[in-house]
Amino acid sequence: MKSKVECQECGAEISVPEDAVVGEIITCPDCGGEYEIASKADENLKLKPAERVGEDWGQ
Amino acid sequence: MVEVSIICDKVRFEEKTLYEKTQSKGIKSKIVDAKTLTIGTYSKTKDFLLGDVILQRSVSYYRGLYLTACLEFLGFKVINRFEVGQICGNKLITSIKLAQNKIPSPKTQFAFSAESGLESIKKTGFPVVLKPIVGSWGRGICPLRDPETASMIVEMREEDDSPLSRIYYIQEMVDRPPRDIRCIVIGDQAVTAIYRYSSQSEWRTNVARGGNVELAPITKEMEDLALRAAKAVGGGILGVDMMEDKNRGLVVHEVNNTVEFRGAASVSKADIPNEMIDYAIKLARK
Repeated sequence: MKSKVECQECGAEISVPEDAVVGEIITCPDCGGEYEIASKADENLKLKPAERVGEDWGQ
Repeated sequence: MVEVSIICDKVRFEEKTLYEKTQSKGIKSKIVDAKTLTIGTYSKTKDFLLGDVILQRSVSYYRGLYLTACLEFLGFKVINRFEVGQICGNKLITSIKLAQNKIPSPKTQFAFSAESGLESIKKTGFPVVLKPIVGSWGRGICPLRDPETASMIVEMREEDDSPLSRIYYIQEMVDRPPRDIRCIVIGDQAVTAIYRYSSQSEWRTNVARGGNVELAPITKEMEDLALRAAKAVGGGILGVDMMEDKNRGLVVHEVNNTVEFRGAASVSKADIPNEMIDYAIKLARK
Protein backbone atom coordinates (compact mmCIF):
# COMPACT_ATOMS: atom_id res chain seq x y z
CA MET A 1 0.00 0.00 0.00
CA LYS A 2 1.29 3.45 -0.75
CA SER A 3 1.98 5.33 2.46
CA LYS A 4 2.25 8.88 1.19
CA VAL A 5 -0.51 11.07 -0.16
CA GLU A 6 -0.71 14.66 -1.26
CA CYS A 7 -2.53 17.19 0.88
CA GLN A 8 -5.57 18.47 -1.04
CA GLU A 9 -5.16 21.89 0.58
CA CYS A 10 -1.46 22.72 0.32
CA GLY A 11 0.08 19.94 -1.73
CA ALA A 12 2.44 18.79 1.01
CA GLU A 13 3.23 15.12 1.41
CA ILE A 14 1.34 13.36 4.19
CA SER A 15 2.71 10.09 5.53
CA VAL A 16 0.08 7.55 6.46
CA PRO A 17 1.20 5.04 9.10
CA GLU A 18 1.18 1.38 8.03
CA ASP A 19 -1.30 0.44 10.78
CA ALA A 20 -3.74 3.29 10.07
CA VAL A 21 -7.30 2.07 9.56
CA VAL A 22 -10.26 3.36 7.56
CA GLY A 23 -12.01 6.11 9.50
CA GLU A 24 -8.85 7.29 11.21
CA ILE A 25 -7.98 10.98 11.03
CA ILE A 26 -4.61 12.09 9.73
CA THR A 27 -3.25 15.61 9.75
CA CYS A 28 -1.15 17.42 7.18
CA PRO A 29 2.16 18.33 8.83
CA ASP A 30 2.38 21.58 6.87
CA CYS A 31 -1.07 23.19 6.88
CA GLY A 32 -2.81 21.23 9.66
CA GLY A 33 -5.60 20.11 7.31
CA GLU A 34 -7.39 17.07 8.67
CA TYR A 35 -8.38 14.09 6.56
CA GLU A 36 -10.27 10.91 7.19
CA ILE A 37 -8.98 7.72 5.56
CA ALA A 38 -11.85 6.85 3.23
CA SER A 39 -10.49 3.61 1.81
CA LYS A 40 -7.34 1.60 2.10
CA ALA A 41 -7.14 -1.32 -0.27
CA ASP A 42 -3.92 -2.28 -2.04
CA GLU A 43 -2.72 0.83 -3.83
CA ASN A 44 -6.05 2.56 -3.39
CA LEU A 45 -5.46 4.86 -0.42
CA LYS A 46 -8.14 7.53 -0.47
CA LEU A 47 -8.63 10.48 1.83
CA LYS A 48 -11.59 12.77 2.32
CA PRO A 49 -11.75 16.01 4.31
CA ALA A 50 -12.49 15.20 7.96
CA GLU A 51 -15.71 16.43 9.53
CA ARG A 52 -15.39 19.69 11.42
CA VAL A 53 -15.66 19.40 15.18
CA GLY A 54 -19.38 19.60 15.93
CA GLU A 55 -21.06 21.39 18.79
CA ASP A 56 -22.17 18.04 20.18
CA TRP A 57 -18.80 16.29 19.96
CA GLY A 58 -17.40 14.77 23.08
CA GLN A 59 -18.13 12.22 25.72
CA MET B 1 -19.09 -17.22 17.93
CA VAL B 2 -19.93 -13.71 19.11
CA GLU B 3 -19.35 -10.86 16.70
CA VAL B 4 -18.80 -7.28 17.83
CA SER B 5 -19.38 -4.09 15.86
CA ILE B 6 -17.69 -0.88 16.88
CA ILE B 7 -19.77 1.94 15.46
CA CYS B 8 -18.10 5.32 15.28
CA ASP B 9 -17.85 8.41 13.15
CA LYS B 10 -14.13 8.91 13.69
CA VAL B 11 -11.54 6.26 14.56
CA ARG B 12 -9.72 7.61 17.59
CA PHE B 13 -7.29 5.94 19.98
CA GLU B 14 -10.23 4.38 21.82
CA GLU B 15 -11.92 2.79 18.80
CA LYS B 16 -8.66 1.55 17.36
CA THR B 17 -7.63 0.03 20.69
CA LEU B 18 -11.01 -1.67 21.08
CA TYR B 19 -10.75 -3.12 17.58
CA GLU B 20 -7.18 -4.32 18.14
CA LYS B 21 -8.25 -5.92 21.40
CA THR B 22 -10.96 -7.96 19.67
CA GLN B 23 -8.41 -9.07 17.11
CA SER B 24 -5.89 -10.16 19.72
CA LYS B 25 -8.62 -12.07 21.56
CA GLY B 26 -9.69 -13.83 18.36
CA ILE B 27 -13.13 -12.20 18.39
CA LYS B 28 -14.81 -11.41 15.10
CA SER B 29 -15.29 -7.67 14.88
CA LYS B 30 -15.50 -4.71 12.58
CA ILE B 31 -15.43 -0.95 12.69
CA VAL B 32 -18.57 0.54 11.12
CA ASP B 33 -18.79 4.17 10.03
CA ALA B 34 -21.96 5.63 11.58
CA LYS B 35 -22.12 8.12 8.71
CA THR B 36 -22.78 5.33 6.21
CA LEU B 37 -25.84 3.81 7.91
CA THR B 38 -29.40 4.53 6.82
CA ILE B 39 -32.26 2.88 8.69
CA GLY B 40 -35.97 3.03 7.95
CA THR B 41 -39.19 2.07 9.68
CA TYR B 42 -39.40 -0.78 7.17
CA SER B 43 -35.78 -1.94 7.68
CA LYS B 44 -35.06 -5.52 8.57
CA THR B 45 -32.44 -6.57 11.11
CA LYS B 46 -30.98 -9.10 8.68
CA ASP B 47 -30.13 -6.30 6.25
CA PHE B 48 -27.54 -4.99 8.69
CA LEU B 49 -24.53 -7.20 9.31
CA LEU B 50 -23.71 -5.75 12.69
CA GLY B 51 -23.10 -8.91 14.68
CA ASP B 52 -24.42 -9.76 18.12
CA VAL B 53 -23.48 -6.66 20.08
CA ILE B 54 -22.63 -3.09 19.17
CA LEU B 55 -20.32 -0.67 20.93
CA GLN B 56 -21.69 2.79 20.15
CA ARG B 57 -18.62 5.04 20.00
CA SER B 58 -19.76 8.04 17.92
CA VAL B 59 -18.06 11.26 18.97
CA SER B 60 -21.14 13.21 17.88
CA TYR B 61 -23.61 12.94 20.75
CA TYR B 62 -26.81 13.26 18.75
CA ARG B 63 -25.59 11.03 15.93
CA GLY B 64 -24.70 8.31 18.42
CA LEU B 65 -27.88 8.74 20.43
CA TYR B 66 -30.36 8.59 17.57
CA LEU B 67 -28.47 5.90 15.71
CA THR B 68 -28.67 3.85 18.91
CA ALA B 69 -32.45 4.37 18.97
CA CYS B 70 -32.64 3.05 15.41
CA LEU B 71 -30.39 0.07 16.14
CA GLU B 72 -32.41 -0.84 19.21
CA PHE B 73 -35.54 -0.55 17.09
CA LEU B 74 -34.00 -3.21 14.83
CA GLY B 75 -33.37 -5.39 17.86
CA PHE B 76 -29.62 -4.94 18.25
CA LYS B 77 -27.96 -4.90 21.66
CA VAL B 78 -26.16 -1.58 21.92
CA ILE B 79 -23.73 -0.37 24.59
CA ASN B 80 -24.80 1.99 25.96
CA ARG B 81 -28.55 1.85 25.61
CA PHE B 82 -30.46 4.82 24.16
CA GLU B 83 -32.04 5.57 27.52
CA VAL B 84 -28.61 5.75 29.18
CA GLY B 85 -27.29 8.06 26.46
CA GLN B 86 -30.27 10.32 26.82
CA ILE B 87 -29.76 10.67 30.57
CA CYS B 88 -25.98 11.08 30.51
CA GLY B 89 -26.00 13.51 27.60
CA ASN B 90 -28.13 15.95 29.54
CA LYS B 91 -26.67 17.40 32.74
CA LEU B 92 -30.07 18.45 34.06
CA ILE B 93 -31.55 14.96 33.73
CA THR B 94 -28.36 13.41 35.14
CA SER B 95 -28.54 15.71 38.19
CA ILE B 96 -32.17 14.73 38.75
CA LYS B 97 -31.31 11.00 38.53
CA LEU B 98 -28.42 11.46 40.98
CA ALA B 99 -30.64 13.35 43.41
CA GLN B 100 -33.45 10.79 43.10
CA ASN B 101 -30.97 8.08 44.03
CA LYS B 102 -29.53 10.11 46.92
CA ILE B 103 -26.06 10.22 45.39
CA PRO B 104 -24.03 13.13 46.77
CA SER B 105 -23.70 15.73 44.03
CA PRO B 106 -23.08 19.50 43.86
CA LYS B 107 -26.09 21.65 44.76
CA THR B 108 -27.67 22.65 41.48
CA GLN B 109 -30.57 24.88 40.49
CA PHE B 110 -32.46 24.90 37.23
CA ALA B 111 -34.03 28.09 35.90
CA PHE B 112 -36.03 28.74 32.77
CA SER B 113 -35.66 32.42 31.99
CA ALA B 114 -32.91 35.04 32.12
CA GLU B 115 -34.55 36.73 35.12
CA SER B 116 -34.94 33.59 37.18
CA GLY B 117 -31.49 32.43 36.06
CA LEU B 118 -29.87 35.61 37.38
CA GLU B 119 -31.95 35.39 40.55
CA SER B 120 -30.73 31.80 41.12
CA ILE B 121 -27.14 32.84 40.47
CA LYS B 122 -27.44 35.58 43.11
CA LYS B 123 -29.16 33.20 45.51
CA THR B 124 -26.39 30.60 45.11
CA GLY B 125 -23.75 33.29 45.66
CA PHE B 126 -20.46 33.95 43.88
CA PRO B 127 -18.46 32.16 42.68
CA VAL B 128 -20.96 29.95 40.90
CA VAL B 129 -20.81 27.72 37.84
CA LEU B 130 -23.13 28.04 34.85
CA LYS B 131 -23.20 25.00 32.57
CA PRO B 132 -24.93 24.22 29.29
CA ILE B 133 -27.28 21.27 29.89
CA VAL B 134 -25.99 19.53 26.77
CA GLY B 135 -22.32 19.75 25.90
CA SER B 136 -19.02 17.97 26.27
CA TRP B 137 -15.33 18.49 26.77
CA GLY B 138 -16.11 21.34 29.17
CA ARG B 139 -17.45 23.56 26.38
CA GLY B 140 -19.46 26.53 27.58
CA ILE B 141 -18.91 25.87 31.28
CA CYS B 142 -18.47 29.26 32.94
CA PRO B 143 -17.20 30.02 36.41
CA LEU B 144 -19.02 33.24 37.34
CA ARG B 145 -17.24 35.33 39.95
CA ASP B 146 -19.20 38.59 39.97
CA PRO B 147 -22.68 39.92 39.10
CA GLU B 148 -21.50 41.91 36.08
CA THR B 149 -19.99 38.88 34.35
CA ALA B 150 -23.06 36.82 35.24
CA SER B 151 -25.37 39.38 33.57
CA MET B 152 -23.22 39.45 30.46
CA ILE B 153 -23.07 35.67 30.13
CA VAL B 154 -26.83 35.35 30.65
CA GLU B 155 -27.39 38.07 28.04
CA MET B 156 -25.19 36.14 25.60
CA ARG B 157 -27.08 32.93 26.34
CA GLU B 158 -30.37 34.72 25.62
CA GLU B 159 -29.09 35.79 22.21
CA ASP B 160 -27.83 32.33 21.30
CA ASP B 161 -29.75 30.42 18.64
CA SER B 162 -30.16 27.24 20.64
CA PRO B 163 -33.30 27.00 22.80
CA LEU B 164 -31.24 24.89 25.22
CA SER B 165 -29.20 28.02 25.99
CA ARG B 166 -32.26 29.45 27.73
CA ILE B 167 -32.31 26.60 30.24
CA TYR B 168 -30.06 27.66 33.09
CA TYR B 169 -28.12 25.02 35.01
CA ILE B 170 -26.57 26.77 37.97
CA GLN B 171 -24.24 24.86 40.23
CA GLU B 172 -22.39 25.74 43.40
CA MET B 173 -18.62 26.10 42.96
CA VAL B 174 -17.33 23.10 44.86
CA ASP B 175 -14.35 23.83 47.12
CA ARG B 176 -12.01 21.22 45.70
CA PRO B 177 -8.33 20.69 44.95
CA PRO B 178 -7.34 21.63 41.35
CA ARG B 179 -8.40 18.24 40.09
CA ASP B 180 -11.37 15.94 39.72
CA ILE B 181 -11.72 12.18 39.49
CA ARG B 182 -12.82 10.06 36.54
CA CYS B 183 -13.82 6.54 37.52
CA ILE B 184 -14.51 4.13 34.66
CA VAL B 185 -17.32 1.73 35.46
CA ILE B 186 -17.92 -1.32 33.30
CA GLY B 187 -21.03 -3.24 34.30
CA ASP B 188 -20.82 -3.71 38.04
CA GLN B 189 -17.10 -3.01 38.32
CA ALA B 190 -15.16 0.17 38.94
CA VAL B 191 -12.27 -0.72 36.63
CA THR B 192 -9.93 2.22 37.10
CA ALA B 193 -9.83 5.79 38.33
CA ILE B 194 -7.70 8.79 37.48
CA TYR B 195 -7.18 12.26 38.84
CA ARG B 196 -7.57 14.91 36.16
CA TYR B 197 -5.63 18.08 36.84
CA SER B 198 -6.49 21.30 35.10
CA SER B 199 -3.78 22.72 32.89
CA GLN B 200 -2.15 26.07 33.59
CA SER B 201 -4.51 29.04 33.22
CA GLU B 202 -7.48 26.67 32.97
CA TRP B 203 -10.01 25.90 35.67
CA ARG B 204 -11.67 22.97 33.89
CA THR B 205 -10.03 19.57 34.27
CA ASN B 206 -11.09 17.95 30.98
CA VAL B 207 -8.31 16.00 29.26
CA ALA B 208 -9.67 17.51 26.02
CA ARG B 209 -8.73 20.91 27.53
CA GLY B 210 -5.15 19.82 28.08
CA GLY B 211 -5.58 18.51 31.62
CA ASN B 212 -3.03 16.06 33.02
CA VAL B 213 -3.86 12.68 34.46
CA GLU B 214 -2.56 10.61 37.34
CA LEU B 215 -3.66 7.21 38.61
CA ALA B 216 -6.10 7.48 41.53
CA PRO B 217 -6.53 4.71 44.08
CA ILE B 218 -10.09 3.37 44.09
CA THR B 219 -11.29 3.86 47.64
CA LYS B 220 -14.35 2.14 49.06
CA GLU B 221 -16.21 5.47 49.04
CA MET B 222 -15.27 6.10 45.42
CA GLU B 223 -16.22 2.61 44.27
CA ASP B 224 -19.53 2.75 46.07
CA LEU B 225 -20.42 6.15 44.62
CA ALA B 226 -19.28 5.28 41.10
CA LEU B 227 -21.32 2.06 41.03
CA ARG B 228 -24.39 3.77 42.46
CA ALA B 229 -24.10 6.64 39.98
CA ALA B 230 -23.68 4.23 37.07
CA LYS B 231 -26.73 2.28 38.20
CA ALA B 232 -28.74 5.50 38.61
CA VAL B 233 -28.31 6.35 34.93
CA GLY B 234 -29.05 2.82 33.75
CA GLY B 235 -25.66 1.12 33.74
CA GLY B 236 -23.25 0.04 31.02
CA ILE B 237 -19.80 1.40 30.19
CA LEU B 238 -19.58 4.78 31.88
CA GLY B 239 -17.20 7.43 33.11
CA VAL B 240 -18.28 8.76 36.49
CA ASP B 241 -16.80 12.17 37.29
CA MET B 242 -16.44 13.24 40.90
CA MET B 243 -14.98 16.11 42.88
CA GLU B 244 -13.39 16.01 46.31
CA ASP B 245 -15.43 18.50 48.30
CA LYS B 246 -13.39 19.70 51.27
CA ASN B 247 -16.36 19.37 53.63
CA ARG B 248 -18.61 16.66 52.20
CA GLY B 249 -16.15 14.22 50.64
CA LEU B 250 -16.80 12.95 47.13
CA VAL B 251 -19.62 14.40 45.04
CA VAL B 252 -20.60 13.13 41.59
CA HIS B 253 -21.07 15.87 39.00
CA GLU B 254 -21.32 14.01 35.73
CA VAL B 255 -21.67 10.56 34.17
CA ASN B 256 -20.23 10.14 30.67
CA ASN B 257 -21.88 7.90 28.13
CA THR B 258 -19.24 7.43 25.43
CA VAL B 259 -16.33 7.33 27.78
CA GLU B 260 -12.94 8.35 26.44
CA PHE B 261 -10.07 6.49 28.05
CA ARG B 262 -6.89 7.54 26.35
CA GLY B 263 -5.80 9.51 29.40
CA ALA B 264 -6.78 6.71 31.80
CA ALA B 265 -5.07 4.04 29.67
CA SER B 266 -1.80 5.98 29.81
CA VAL B 267 -1.57 5.56 33.59
CA SER B 268 -3.87 2.69 34.53
CA LYS B 269 -2.74 -0.85 35.21
CA ALA B 270 -6.17 -2.11 34.15
CA ASP B 271 -6.66 -3.29 30.59
CA ILE B 272 -9.63 -0.99 29.90
CA PRO B 273 -10.42 -2.10 26.32
CA ASN B 274 -10.18 -5.74 27.40
CA GLU B 275 -12.73 -5.17 30.16
CA MET B 276 -15.01 -3.36 27.71
CA ILE B 277 -14.86 -6.17 25.16
CA ASP B 278 -15.45 -8.83 27.84
CA TYR B 279 -18.50 -6.88 29.01
CA ALA B 280 -19.83 -6.66 25.44
CA ILE B 281 -19.32 -10.41 24.89
CA LYS B 282 -21.12 -11.17 28.15
CA LEU B 283 -24.04 -8.98 27.10
CA ALA B 284 -24.18 -10.62 23.67
CA ARG B 285 -24.46 -14.06 25.27
CA LYS B 286 -27.30 -13.07 27.60
